[in-house]
Amino acid sequence: MAEPWTKAAHRLFKKHNVRTVGYVPDAGLTELINSCNTDNDIKSVVMTTEEEGIGLSSGAWLGGEKAAVLMQSSGVGNTVNAIASIVTSCQFPLFMIVTMRGQYGESNPWQMPMGQAVVPVLKSLGMHVFEVETDEEAAEAIEAGLKMAFVSNAAVAVLIGQKLIGAKSFIADVAEEVINVEN
Amino acid sequence: MSKTRLNRSDVLDKLMKVRGNALAIAGLGSPVWDLAASDHQPENFYNWGGMGCAVSMGLGCALAQPKRNVWVITGDGEALMGVGSFATVANQRPDNLAIIILDNEHYGETGMQKTHTSGGTDLAAMAAGAGIPTTMTVYNDEDLSKLTNALKSAPLPLVASVKIENTKPKLVLPSRDGVYIKNRFRQAVLGSTAAMHVT
Repeated sequence: MAEPWTKAAHRLFKKHNVRTVGYVPDAGLTELINSCNTDNDIKSVVMTTEEEGIGLSSGAWLGGEKAAVLMQSSGVGNTVNAIASIVTSCQFPLFMIVTMRGQYGESNPWQMPMGQAVVPVLKSLGMHVFEVETDEEAAEAIEAGLKMAFVSNAAVAVLIGQKLIGAKSFIADVAEEVINVEN
Repeated sequence: MSKTRLNRSDVLDKLMKVRGNALAIAGLGSPVWDLAASDHQPENFYNWGGMGCAVSMGLGCALAQPKRNVWVITGDGEALMGVGSFATVANQRPDNLAIIILDNEHYGETGMQKTHTSGGTDLAAMAAGAGIPTTMTVYNDEDLSKLTNALKSAPLPLVASVKIENTKPKLVLPSRDGVYIKNRFRQAVLGSTAAMHVT
């Protein structure tokens, strides 16, 4: 069995000296966040909005360290001006892992529009976007992206597809019981 | 809704006297011109854009450079846009980060429209509510002395809202080239070799 992508991400953060990890949680990021939170060599930073991750990552680089930013796809919308104005203008490295919603098997219609907008939005900002759907692809893209970001001053987003994470099931994940109200 | 009291360039000059070797990150707008006027040097990072990110940038830098103090010098409008970062900073508790807000209660770059602080919003109280251990509002010279003392000896992180006159600052402009500003800062902090070769 392939190494789960969350384990590979944590291993590759260590290998590439990523010292700060900023995140706004997503169910698909749970294992990776937990492994960063319990790692004494990683400063794990819970953020109030994904935009903070762009400042955090750029500030870490100013101080000589590498950072990674983790978010759900809906959070991408909160990062746009910071990426364009700070990362692009100054050619700061940026490495983001985005767990996707609004994609394969989505059951919340409110997730669909932003989920579908992620790729064109990030590409319009000039970012390198790697869409992955298996653990192997994810590990490969995370390693490639970390090199591109920090050695080539690139802005990279690895999008972890819903096919890999599994579409959220309200019945299994959120509630003991689901009651649909009459409209 | 306080009366603004202090002159911004006097405030900067007094702060810079106690700066020591603190790294400085200026939020976009007048704080950039203020910092360039008072203490232009390679260990200043000037934000010409990215409104709302000065505090989170300061946090990233402070976590990466735990042995250096990091001062974020920004405006009230810029701080309000990223005000959630007070909570993020408070959760991390970096003991080397100070956030100094030059609060003229107006958006200075866009036509002097009032900000929320002119309508009763209290940035120091918001920071205290977020969990920042040292917070203060500075109205006069006596308060400013308290701030300069706090910068030397109070528990950090610190957030200070410094009430300044609503006057136009001198336009003292540093380079607008973000790549240059970034690399110059990194060279000054890390040395040329570490700044340009990634490990």
